[in-house]
Amino acid sequence: MDLPMTTHTPSHGPVAGFGAAPGAAGNAGQFITCTLDDAEFGIDIMAVREIKGWTDTTAIPHAPPWMRGVINLRGVIVPILDLRARFGMAQTQATRMHVVVIIQAGTRLAGLLVDAVSDIIAVAPEEVRPVPEIGAAAPERLLCGLVPRERGMVALVSLDHLLSFPDAALPQTADAVLALHS
Amino acid sequence: MSFDHLRATYFEESAELLDSAYAALAELAEGRADAETVHALFRAIHSIKGGGGAFGFERLVRLAHAMETLLDLLRDGALAMDAGRHALLLRGADALADLLAAEKAGTGAPPGGEDALMQALHAAAETAATAPPAAAAGWRLRFTPRPALFRNANEPLLLVRALRRLGPVQVTADLSRLPPLERLEPEDAHLGWVFELQADVPRAQVEEVFEFVADDCMLAIEPLAGETPGAPAAEPVLGSEAASATIAPPAIADAAGPTTGAPQSVRVDVAKIDRLVNLVGELVINQAMLLQLGGTLPPALCPGLIAGLETLSQHLRELQEGVMAIRTQPVKSVFARMPRLVRDLSAQLGKEVRLVVTGEATEIDKTVVEQLADPLTHLLRNALDHGIEAPEQRVAAGKPRQGTVHLSAEQRGGRILIELTDDGRGIDRARVLARARERGLVAAEAELTDSEVDELIFQPGFSTAAAISDISGRGVGMDVVRRSIQALGGRITVDSRLGSGSRFVLSLPLTLAVLDGLVVAVGREAYIVPIAAIAESLRPRREDIHAVVGRGEVLAIRGAYVPLLPLHRHFAVPDAQPDPARGIVVIVETDHAGRMGLLVDDLVGQQQVVVKSLEANYGPIDGIGGATILGDGRVALILDIAGLGPAATTRPMPTAPHRAAPLQPALQ
Amino acid sequence: MAKRVMTVDDSRTMREMVAFTLRKAGFEVSEAEDGRKALAALQAAPVDVVITDLNMPNMDGVALIRALRADARMRAVPILMLTTESEAAKKAEGRSAGATGWLVKPFDPEKLIDVVKRVAG
Repeated sequence: MDLPMTTHTPSHGPVAGFGAAPGAAGNAGQFITCTLDDAEFGIDIMAVREIKGWTDTTAIPHAPPWMRGVINLRGVIVPILDLRARFGMAQTQATRMHVVVIIQAGTRLAGLLVDAVSDIIAVAPEEVRPVPEIGAAAPERLLCGLVPRERGMVALVSLDHLLSFPDAALPQTADAVLALHS
Repeated sequence: MSFDHLRATYFEESAELLDSAYAALAELAEGRADAETVHALFRAIHSIKGGGGAFGFERLVRLAHAMETLLDLLRDGALAMDAGRHALLLRGADALADLLAAEKAGTGAPPGGEDALMQALHAAAETAATAPPAAAAGWRLRFTPRPALFRNANEPLLLVRALRRLGPVQVTADLSRLPPLERLEPEDAHLGWVFELQADVPRAQVEEVFEFVADDCMLAIEPLAGETPGAPAAEPVLGSEAASATIAPPAIADAAGPTTGAPQSVRVDVAKIDRLVNLVGELVINQAMLLQLGGTLPPALCPGLIAGLETLSQHLRELQEGVMAIRTQPVKSVFARMPRLVRDLSAQLGKEVRLVVTGEATEIDKTVVEQLADPLTHLLRNALDHGIEAPEQRVAAGKPRQGTVHLSAEQRGGRILIELTDDGRGIDRARVLARARERGLVAAEAELTDSEVDELIFQPGFSTAAAISDISGRGVGMDVVRRSIQALGGRITVDSRLGSGSRFVLSLPLTLAVLDGLVVAVGREAYIVPIAAIAESLRPRREDIHAVVGRGEVLAIRGAYVPLLPLHRHFAVPDAQPDPARGIVVIVETDHAGRMGLLVDDLVGQQQVVVKSLEANYGPIDGIGGATILGDGRVALILDIAGLGPAATTRPMPTAPHRAAPLQPALQ
Repeated sequence: MAKRVMTVDDSRTMREMVAFTLRKAGFEVSEAEDGRKALAALQAAPVDVVITDLNMPNMDGVALIRALRADARMRAVPILMLTTESEAAKKAEGRSAGATGWLVKPFDPEKLIDVVKRVAG
C-alpha cells in the first residue's frame, strides 16, 4: 500500500466527505465490512436494510457500467450498483455467490454488489483518518474516511455521494482508487 | 392530528365546499336548480363558517354568516332568488375564496374589502323583515319509526324532549301497529306518534331533531292547518317515502356532508388509497406468478388448481378496478374554478364571454384532476386573451357581442377527453408561420400543412401575442401546457379555423396507477409499450424496409414512410434480433414526432401493469416512464413514447388526432 | 348526576377538543385512543354516550360500533361517529353497524353539545 498516510495534516485541503455523511464517519459507529478482491470497505450499519444474494437485474438504458440495473425488492424498484465498477475497476462477474447489500440513504434505497460481507466492526472517531486527495476530485468523494486495521485498512463508503445518481457523472479516476486497493 | 394538519384539512375541505357552492350558484343561474340546490349552497357556506370559527377567522365567519342569513330566507321561501341576490351571493363566494386564500397564506386580506358586500347582504336580508314570517306558526309531525329504530340506540322519548325545547308539543300515540303480545318483538319499535308543535320555527329546525332517525322512520311534516307555511308550493306536505317527500336528510346539521344533490366526496388520505392500490398491484403480480407456476405442473396432479387460479385472477381484476375507482374524482372540482376565472378575466379584458361547462361529472384520477387546474387555467386564459375578440370587433365580424367558451369532459374508452372550444378569431396561420420563421423554428422555405402550423404554437418559447399582456404572459405558453399534459400521460391537440374559433382537445388517462401495456421482448429484456400510444403492430416485409442515408431505416406502410427505431440499438441491449424483417414493428403515435416504428424482437402479450416509480430510488430516464413487475417477478421498464426517438426535432411532423387503436394482426 | 361521555380518537388534539367542549357543558368525559382500548374501558365502566372517530389503528370506529352493539349491556348506548369522512358510504357503514348519529369534523362546539344532549337525553 503506497498511500501517503502522512497527508492527514489538518492543513491539507478539504477533507472530502469526512463527517459530511450522516452517521458515517463523524461518530463512532458500527460498520459492515465487505470485500472486493482484497480490499475492505465499510458501510454504516445504520444504513443497511438487508443483505441478499445476487439476482438478475433489468438493465437501465444509457446507464454507466457500474449501474447494473434494477430489481424488484418486494414491490419496490431498487437500483443495484456494482461497487467494484463504481470505484473504476472492471464490472463484477456476478454469480449466485455474490452479495447485494441493500442500503438506505435519505429516502433512497439501493443495492451494492460486493464479493462478500466479511465482518462487523466498531470504529471510534479518533481511528478514522481523512481520505487523502489523490489526483482528481471524484472517487475520494465516494469515501469518507480510512480506518487502519491490523491487517490492511477499511475504507468507509460515503453513501450519500454514492447514491447521488444518475447525475453522478463523476469522472472515473481509476488510478486513485486502484492506489487504495494496494 | 396536529393543529397544522387540522388547518390544512380545513382549507382543503373549504376549497371543495367553495367548488360546490359555485356549482350550486351556476345551477341557480342556469335555471337548473331544484329544491336541494339552495340547501346545498347553504350547507357549503355553513361548513366554511363552522370550521372558520374554530380557527378564529372572524371576518370570514362574519361574511359567511351574512350570506347564511340571506340564504336562510331564500331557503324558507321568505325571499325569492333573483339576479341581484344571486350576484350578491356570487360576490360573497368570491370574497370567501379571497379570505380563505389570505388566511391560508397567512397574509390576511386587505382590511374592509368585504364591508360593502356585507352591507349589501344585510340590506338584502332586511327586505324580508317586512315580508310575511318565514315559518309557520306550528307544525304537525307524523312520526312512524321502523322496527329497527332502537338498534342504533335512538330513543323516541329524547326526540320528544328535543321537540319540546322548540315549543309546546301535543303528543298522540298511534298504537295501530302494535302486534299481539305473543308476536311482539321486544327489541323492535311498534308505536307511532303524531306531534303538534306550537312554535314559529323554520322547518329545518324541526327536521334537525329527526336528523339521525331519518333513515329509520317515516316522517311527515306539515304546517298546522289553516296557516301558511314559510315554504309554500315548493315544498308541499312532506309525506311518506313514496311521495318522494320523506324528510330531507340532515339539512344544516350534516353541513359538510351533503347527502343529496351536491357531490359526495370521500375524504380519505390519498396515501391510504395508494397503499391499497399498491397492495392490490402486488396481489396481481403474485397471482400471475402462481398461475405461471401452476402451468408448469402436470394438470393431473392438482385438477382444480388452474381453474381456481383463473377465478382468483378474475376477482382480482375486479378488485383492482374497484380500488382504482376510489382514486377517481369528478372533474367538477377543477371545472368549478373556471367560471370565476372567466368572470374576472372578461372584466379585466373588457370582453363579454359566456362559459358553458358540460360533463363535469366525468371522473378521472385524483392526481390528474389536481394537476389539471394549471393547464386548464392557462388554456382558458389563452382563449379569452387571444381567442375571443373585443365585443366591437365581434359585432363588426358579424358575430354576437358575447363570445362563448365551451369546456367539456367525457370518457371515451380508457381515456378522458377534455375539450375547450371558443368561437373567437382562431389561429392566424400566416402570422404563426411568420413568427416561427422569424424565430428560426422553421426553415424559410419549408412548406407546412395547416396542422403542422397549428402544432408550432406548442413549441417552446413560441408566443404570438402582439402585445404582451399580463393575462397570458410571454413565452410561458402552450409548450408548458403540453408538457404538463404529457407529464400526466396525456396528449393535447388543436384544430382551428380562422375567424370562427379554436378547439383544444386534451386526451388523458383515467388513472396514473395502472396502464394497459403491450409487453415486448428485446434481447433478454422486456419492455412495456403503453397501448394508448400504439397504432398497430406488424411483422414487416423485407421489401418495405428502406435505408435512408444518415437517417437510419424507414418502413413503407400504406404509401407513407415511418421512421424505424430499433429499441435494441436505442437502449443498447445485447443479443437482440438485429434484422427488422425478423422482428416486429410496433407503430406508435407521438405528439412531437408523428408516427414511429419501434423495432422489437417479439410481442409477449398484452396486460394491465401497475406503474412503479423509478424516480423514487433512481431518477428519470429519457424514454422511460416508469417500471413494473412482471408475473415472474422481474422488473420491466415502461416506455415513455413522448421521450423516445430523435430528441427535439425542430420540425414537428403532422399529428392526426388519434384514438388508441386496438392491436392489429401481429398480436393475434 | 353528570352524564358520562367517552371520546375515542387516535388524534389527541381531537380528543382534547371534544373533551374540553363537553366538560365545559357539564359532561364527565373519558378518553380512549383506539377502538380496542375503548372497548376494554367500556366493559369495565360503561358510559352514557360514545363519540368515536372512524379511522383508527387497532380497532376502527365501525368495528368498535359493531362490538358495542354485540354486547347486551352496551346495546342501548348512543354512539356518535365523529369523522371528516362526511360522505354517505362511510356513514352508512357506521349506521348499519349501529351508530346512533354523526358529527362532522371540524365540528362546531355548540353543535356537538346540542347533539350529545339530543342523544343522551
